[in-house]
Amino acid sequence: MRDLTAKVEVPSLETASLPRTRFALGRQLALWSVVAAVLLVLPLLFEQSFALSMLSQMGIAVIFALSYNMLLGQTGMLSFGHAVYFGLGSFVCAHVLNAIGAGALGLPVTLLPLVGGLAGLGFGIVFGYVTTKRSGTPFAMISLGIAEMVAASALMFPAFFGGEGGIVTDRVVGDPVLGVSFGPQIEVYYLIAGWCLLCMIAMYALTQTPLGRMANAVRDNPERVRFIGYDPTRVRYRMFCLASFFAGIAGGLATINYEIVTAETLGLMASGNVLFMAFVGGIGHFFGPVIGAVLVSYLQSALSTYTQAWLLYFGLFFVIMILFAPGGIASLFAVHAAPLRHGLLSRLIPGYLLCGAMLAVMLLGFIALVEMLYHFEQGAALGREFNLFGFHVDVTLLKPWLVAGAVFAVGLAAFLFTLPVVKRAWAAVHVELQARDA
Amino acid sequence: MSTILELRQVYKRFGRTEIINGVDLAVGRNERHAVIGPNGAGKSTLFNLISGRFPITSGQILLDGQDISNTTPNAINRRGLSRSFQITNIFPKLSVFENVRCALLWSMGYRYSFWHRVGSLGQVQAHAQDIVERIGLARRRDRMAGVLSYAEQRALEIGVTIAGGAEVILLDEPTAGMSHSETAEAVDLIRSVSQGKTLIMVEHDMGVVFGLADRISVLVYGKVLATGTPAEIRANPAVQEAYLGAMAE
Repeated sequence: MRDLTAKVEVPSLETASLPRTRFALGRQLALWSVVAAVLLVLPLLFEQSFALSMLSQMGIAVIFALSYNMLLGQTGMLSFGHAVYFGLGSFVCAHVLNAIGAGALGLPVTLLPLVGGLAGLGFGIVFGYVTTKRSGTPFAMISLGIAEMVAASALMFPAFFGGEGGIVTDRVVGDPVLGVSFGPQIEVYYLIAGWCLLCMIAMYALTQTPLGRMANAVRDNPERVRFIGYDPTRVRYRMFCLASFFAGIAGGLATINYEIVTAETLGLMASGNVLFMAFVGGIGHFFGPVIGAVLVSYLQSALSTYTQAWLLYFGLFFVIMILFAPGGIASLFAVHAAPLRHGLLSRLIPGYLLCGAMLAVMLLGFIALVEMLYHFEQGAALGREFNLFGFHVDVTLLKPWLVAGAVFAVGLAAFLFTLPVVKRAWAAVHVELQARDA
Repeated sequence: MSTILELRQVYKRFGRTEIINGVDLAVGRNERHAVIGPNGAGKSTLFNLISGRFPITSGQILLDGQDISNTTPNAINRRGLSRSFQITNIFPKLSVFENVRCALLWSMGYRYSFWHRVGSLGQVQAHAQDIVERIGLARRRDRMAGVLSYAEQRALEIGVTIAGGAEVILLDEPTAGMSHSETAEAVDLIRSVSQGKTLIMVEHDMGVVFGLADRISVLVYGKVLATGTPAEIRANPAVQEAYLGAMAE
């Protein structure tokens, strides 16, 4: 039997040459400055409080997903229990925050995420010692077992986990420091943004260290690592502990953001969710999980306000990504790097526009069908008449079904018909690239 | 000539099958030693025992006078013994340069450090670059190792093996599957990288063996049939009967 991790190994790029990951320090500084500027300006672009809380949620997800990718993308460890370290960090922070609120502890809230990180690290040191003894499928299974174990103990120790209701806390403690009380969401956003930037830089820097480089070597070929002086188990263990540390920081920020921690935060759903984010974004690239975290957080919050069927779209999206872009969204960008460098991107665009338009038609029909089906089945709750793309639709009539079905079918046929245009353009670009490479 | 690697009555059994059947072998410092023998004689197994990949059933293996039997491969590597593999065993998704650099991090003392930036370690970078040039892959430096040609991957395999500066180098069929001209290049490379080191290699190409080796051991059915200089081995009637004769047929 092949290892599970062999199936999820980092997808290789189309191009033979590796992308230049070793930026000069100056370029890195420029890059992080841009990220910092974006984080600073983002809340000013969106007025609504909804956007602000979503941005906060995204920042937490970005740290969490990046920490997960230290395991999966960088060291080749498929964990089904990474939320354990996020959740435990979150719970510890809730108790510490309550202690601060009660005046028993004097710690600025700004530094609370660090407490979460240390808690994550501590549990990572304990559980990771057992988990990282194995790799591949056994590792995945043990991580699942530990996740189950911790989730079960959440019900067994209500004093720490707060039972069904979880632990409630209040982030506004003591007097405001320099006018910051963390009462308004905007202040929490900037706290999250600051930690997010710090963690991103730290996790990126880690990939450039001996441990980070050896993690990639362990991912590629653990057997060979043993014959160049390294113990792959120890590399995995250290990466695991550090990943737990960053997950704990994200957990601490979640405590401050939501002011409540429930057992759900460390459950299997949460662990699956972070895997989903990292995978959709792309585990083969450092920034892949960032894209995944932002997109998935957005879809989860926004889509659910637009449609009842959001989980269906969500699952479908995942399946399609895994089938057609196993390298995630980041890989879709990466394959275009070489054509862009050689000025060949323009040859691909006509095909993309044509194919994309057909795809849009198909999706329109598909969404219409799904929405109508939902209104048909749950007519009592949702009403059998509703507005869809500006049209008044009555799902009890035959006509809207025929129209939606026809749009979908025509879109699908047109999409499949125009797909060769894109394929031919790519084939031509490949030939050209190879000629220039030689 | 002092002995650097010594095998004393080494046995290896897989289940009830004896693969290595009481091997005694002494390799001198800075010697180029070839292990030859028919298929299934246990040559690769012998390498796996010496390098710690498999535990031995009984006997003793001494590296520079110290017992290394049944220690881990990484511990043996840290004591200055490095090996290559018959089937190319590199890091396919790392660049050529990174393959080599990973292979020398431990010996240069950076171990599991997460507080050094590798790209800023001048000595590490220079040393890795030097090895990439020595194995003739300077033009492929930033290529992903997995997409190199077979001969290039074999050269990288040797580069990864020697990068840590090991005193004793074990090469398992370094020229297997190569064309005539590729073999000639590989022999030159092996000769240059084993300068001032101890080299032990398993090899089927008799031209390579008799051209490179100072001494040759013949392994048949898990036992050393004979050890000696190329001339002695060529003249040995038992060897001729068991091996070289069979090859000539």
